[in-house]
This record gives sequence, structure tokens and C-alpha cells, in this order.
Amino acid sequence: MKRYSGLALLRNALDYNRNWPPAWRSPEPKKSYDAIIVGGGGHGLATAYYLAREHGFGNVAVLEKGWIGGGNTGRNTSIVRSNYLWTEASLLYEKSLKLWEGLSRELNYNVMFSQRGVYNLGHSLQDMRDIERRVNANRLNGIDAEVLGPAEIQKAIPCINTSPGARYPILGASLQRRGGVARHDAVAWGFARAADALGVDIIERCEVTSIEVRAGRAVGVATTRGAIAADRIGVVVAGNAGVLAGMAGLRLPIESHPLQAFVSEPIRPVLDTVVMSGAVHGYISQSDKGELVVGAGIDAYNGYGQRGSFPVIEHAMQAIIELFPAFSRVRMLRMWGGIVDICPDACPIVSKTPVEGLYFNCGWGTGGFKATPGSGWVFAHTLANDRPHDLNAPFSLDRFASGALIDEHGAAAVAH
Amino acid sequence: MLLIECPWCGPRAETEFSYGGEAGIERPADPYALSDAEWADYLFFRSNPRGAHRELWNHAQGCRRWFGVERDTVSYRIEKSYRLGSAGSGRPAAAQIEASEEKRR
Repeated sequence: MKRYSGLALLRNALDYNRNWPPAWRSPEPKKSYDAIIVGGGGHGLATAYYLAREHGFGNVAVLEKGWIGGGNTGRNTSIVRSNYLWTEASLLYEKSLKLWEGLSRELNYNVMFSQRGVYNLGHSLQDMRDIERRVNANRLNGIDAEVLGPAEIQKAIPCINTSPGARYPILGASLQRRGGVARHDAVAWGFARAADALGVDIIERCEVTSIEVRAGRAVGVATTRGAIAADRIGVVVAGNAGVLAGMAGLRLPIESHPLQAFVSEPIRPVLDTVVMSGAVHGYISQSDKGELVVGAGIDAYNGYGQRGSFPVIEHAMQAIIELFPAFSRVRMLRMWGGIVDICPDACPIVSKTPVEGLYFNCGWGTGGFKATPGSGWVFAHTLANDRPHDLNAPFSLDRFASGALIDEHGAAAVAH
Repeated sequence: MLLIECPWCGPRAETEFSYGGEAGIERPADPYALSDAEWADYLFFRSNPRGAHRELWNHAQGCRRWFGVERDTVSYRIEKSYRLGSAGSGRPAAAQIEASEEKRR
């Protein structure tokens, strides 16, 4: 791997930038691997990277049916935070946030992680009680969090409407200053390049069509580019998790829903932080290009079509205009939908399965992006040792039978 | 936006309806006879198919009645909608809901 640096930029500029090597190879799939990761999104690539980096796996492939980062990795609103309510969830997301903080250096790739703070607004007395409870829980877990009143919010975000006469007046907010945003594509590309440098084969346009199970053990997959054998198979395919589970005869407590987002035309810097509101159902930040990035809630119905219904967009836009009346004149440029895997307790499943050698990492629902490095880190540990790390042990598939659910609907808010 | 045909009121905009999830999930007659895994399957596990899906909708801003819809989850095309318990719904749970609605009336 050619290291990226200021010097490399200068040297390549002298060659008119004709000599940059590709960031990763495009190898033909081998007949067998020690481990296969199905799904070349951020989570899958991070898993492959940490398998090679932390656990010494030299013979790993990532199989992606489309192209790297073309699914939910490229379809989210790129918000990163760790202020969840329950200890299990906040420790997992905090692990991820800590990895984010060193990620650009670790990968030698600028993932543009910008810790500009995340505000979660409260609009009612109950909202404020929940916010104070969550902030206290966060602080007990060593996660930075604070409660702000309307005057402090108005001072930090001049264009927000904190007037008491608003239809849903802002009574306060929680603020996690270490939260922020990152560049979604860069995360996928950075992990892909770093994994490739450690010998991981990244195989694009390779769709898994069946999983071969012999005597209760997964032994390989059939793909559109031939059969591939593997000792361990990790599946990280978000919305399509149920389809892959079905190939191995498993059922999941997951339903797939469209989740929509949209961006405006680029405007001058106006919002230097992230604002989310579970009560009015919208969240917003401004990208470095100047576009307002707005996220909606999920469409209620099951769907795999990577698009949703217009009323959901309208609903999110109403929420944003309620919070920021000045944005009513900003034109929206484009919108899109991703398919998210919703779990009954709004928490992921990072787990072994009843099939030996087959592992699932799914159910991140509307909030997977922030977990990208942490999810890969714990999933790599689970695959390498055939047992979960302490951080993801509570997120097993068994919890639905044992009843040890981790109810994060509150902190997950509108979408997270 | 989906155009949904309510079996009683005719085609209406999606915003008039609320979604009730997968159809045909029967409440176990004797929950105490089930293992934890079987109870979990009833409570939480869903078929979540990529393709034809039978689901419940409620005409919340119309007649407020539940009915069944068969819809493709990739194209979102609605193949048919039907009254619960009618010929073609063919699901015991549907009949159950119908019966309980009947009782309430």
C-alpha cells in the first residue's frame, strides 16, 4: 500500500497525478478462504480489516453483490454518537466512537470525522425527564453528556427557533460534544484499502445465492462467480439479512423497512453541529459542501425497494421547518432510500447462530453508520474466537428467547 | 405513495391507513404449553420476505376496519386486498381478528 501523505501528494502532483495506484485490488475469488464476509459495506469491510489486523487472519474475502459502499453505507446521514440509555448499548457504541477518534490515522485515510457535537432536542416535560435520565446514565458510563436549556441552545445554534410560542417549543436538549459526522464513502474506502493491504480479497459484483450447510455446519457459499468454501462465514448485509438467513434455514426477529434521507442545494455555512428531534421526527446537519443533510423516519411498511413514500419525506421536512423556519426557502436537491433491518428492541444482533461456523451481524436498523468500526471490531472477535466479546455478548440472537432485550427505542429516537 | 384499496371504502391514499405488519400470525391457543423459543418465535420472529407479503392494514382515517393486503415488498405493487376471514384470506389469524371484531360490535 502506498501511504498517503503530504509528500506523496506533492510527488504525485509533479507527475500530473497519473501514477496513483488503485486503492484496492480486484482479485478473482479463490476456491476457499479461512473466513468469508458477506456484504461489502462499512461493517463488513471493518470486520475483514480487524480480522486481519487484530486476529492475524491472512486468508479472508469480502463478497459484495454490488460495489463497495453502494448500499446503506452510502445512504445514511453519517451521524456518529454514543449517548444510548442502557449500559450494554452505550458501551458498544462508545467503543465505536473511540475507534472513530483514531480512525483516520489508523487507516491512513481521511474519514473526515468531525466532532461537531450532537443535540437531541426535548419538546415536552416528559422529553426533558427522559433526556436527564439518559444524560445521567451516560455520565455514569463515562460518556460525555450534558443537558442544555433553550437559551444555551439558541446561543450555540443561532438559526434554530426556540421561541416559546412554537407549536412544539424546544424546552432543552442533551448534547454530546464528542459526537458528530464523518464522510460515509471514505469510511468504506478507507477500510477497503487498509484491509486489502493486509491481504483481504475484496470481491465486488459477487452475489451470494446460497449457503451450504452440512451436518449443522456452514461450509461455503454459492455465488454468481462460483462456489467458495470457507471455515467461517460472517453475514453483514443489513436489510437483506433475512434473505441470507433463509438460505441457511434460519429465521430472524427482523423486518426490513425503507429509510429515507435527502439533501438540499449547497448553501453557505449555517449549521455547524447536528440537531436531532425524536418528538417532531427529523434530524439535520450541514455537509462540508454546504448541503443540508436531512433524515426522516422509516416507512411503516416492510420493503426492499430502496425507496419509500413521499408523505414520510414531507413529515420530516415539516419537522425541520418547525425547528428552522429559515430553511423553508431552501430547495431540496435529491433524496434516496436505504433498506434497514429493524429489530424489536432497536438493538443489533452480533451473534453466533444455531449453524456452526455461521455468524450474523444485523439488526442495526436506522443507526448502523455510527457503529461501523465498533461493529467490525466485535464481529471480528466473534468470528476469530467462535465466541462473542464481552461488548457484544448481550447482543446475541438468544436474547429474544431469554427475554433479555435491550430496549433502546428511546435513545434510538426517530432514527439514529 | 401507495394507493391502497380498502375492501369497504375503495382506493384511498396511503396516508389514510396504518400498517399492522405480517398477516396470519396466530396467537397460540395455550401459551403456557410453549417453550421459550416457540414463544419468542410468535412474539418477535417474522418471515420478512423479499417478494410477495401478506400484511394487515387498518383504514384508520376511514372505516377504521382491519383488512388484508398482498403486496410485493420489492416493487411495492399491491396484488390484492381482501376482507379478513373472507375466501382467499385463508389464514386462521385473520378469521380470529374478524371474530373478535364481530364480538366488539
